[in-house]
Amino acid sequence: MLETTALTCERGGWRLFSDVAIALQAGGLLRVRGANGSGKTTLLRTLAGLTRPAAGEVRWRGKALDSESRREILFLGHAAALKDELTVLENLEFSARLSGVGDLRFKDALERLGIARLADLPARYLSQGQRKRAALARLALSSGVPLWLLDEPFAALDDEAIAQLSALCASHLAAGGMLVLTSHQDVPIAAPDARAIELRG
Amino acid sequence: MMQAFAFIVRRELRLALRRKGDVLNVLVFFVVVASLFPLGVGPEPNQLRAMAAGVAWIAALLAALLSLPRLFAADYADGTLEQMLVSPQPLAVIVLAKTAAHWLLTGLPLALAAPLIGLQYDLPANALCVLLASLLIGTPVLSLLGAAGAALTLGVRGGGALLGLLVLPLFVPVLVFGAGAVTAALTGINPAAHLSLLGAFLAVSSLVGPWAACAALRVALD
Repeated sequence: MLETTALTCERGGWRLFSDVAIALQAGGLLRVRGANGSGKTTLLRTLAGLTRPAAGEVRWRGKALDSESRREILFLGHAAALKDELTVLENLEFSARLSGVGDLRFKDALERLGIARLADLPARYLSQGQRKRAALARLALSSGVPLWLLDEPFAALDDEAIAQLSALCASHLAAGGMLVLTSHQDVPIAAPDARAIELRG
Repeated sequence: MMQAFAFIVRRELRLALRRKGDVLNVLVFFVVVASLFPLGVGPEPNQLRAMAAGVAWIAALLAALLSLPRLFAADYADGTLEQMLVSPQPLAVIVLAKTAAHWLLTGLPLALAAPLIGLQYDLPANALCVLLASLLIGTPVLSLLGAAGAALTLGVRGGGALLGLLVLPLFVPVLVFGAGAVTAALTGINPAAHLSLLGAFLAVSSLVGPWAACAALRVALD
């Protein structure tokens, strides 16, 4: 469903990686590994359609990325995209509406990430890990979105949150979803079809 | 699509309500700048009446310029803009919604405060009405073209100064016909022609502004 052909990316004139070929089918998990600066984030942004590749192409369901495919791809980057002035619940509500997910059980989603009691707290008062959990709560609403692209989802999370997140990912994959993630930790995720790719310059 | 427009406007207004300082700053700046002129120029009524429209409009341009860098900067810094670009909502609708909210929070209050400024300059009632009308039609143009400028200077160091150099020249036609409408009313000429031209600028900039802003945002986040 997700394919890339001879993908090459550059940042500021530097070639990060070249000839990356990915083919991901329903239920597939792809771990992107590589040293700092090897282009993991750039690869994910390219798959999300944010960054243009220097060469090659990203194809989703056999077609180039377009406004239709954006409905089926969820991208969560480093930045949590939380507004300090809004409460955790308001932030989740906005990101859910923006991404057009139909599932609006916000409280349940916060419950699954263990931050239901923080729902009415402005995001300004959250710790780094809590911010991460608040951003990830959208995943609990996005089971209908086939492809998840997660950039360092386990960073700043404690053991409990890591377990909650990997359970969420496993159930997404079991339901036929697809997942691409970058991570320095090898967090076990139950997947019917798990692969890894190593980025080298 | 209308739904996306509505919830983004609602969110912007809610955010503004939680940090009222930003909105008040712009309004107070406008009032203070416009009130400084009579103090500097002296209380000669004919002179004040003649310069009233120009002063009110220039103060409005500067106040708009003060507020523009924030239009996309916060969303850019915290990653919301990235989420907006990957979302299935059309980027043009998102940009239009943010621009509309910007006008509701800056242009509209400025326009409504302008008759108060006009009183300081001894403007007659008909000229006050024309000043209000010209600002109501003209300030959305500032938000629309300003959005394109704000998107182009996003993430650039010293972007605020660059933004001024970029958009102030574009504001010139609005200034000329906005202030011209009030002057026409003062001299007994029908200001309808000036206001119609302002309306034409509004129509053109509502097409060009969001389109340019979308293209610039995509480049800024590449």
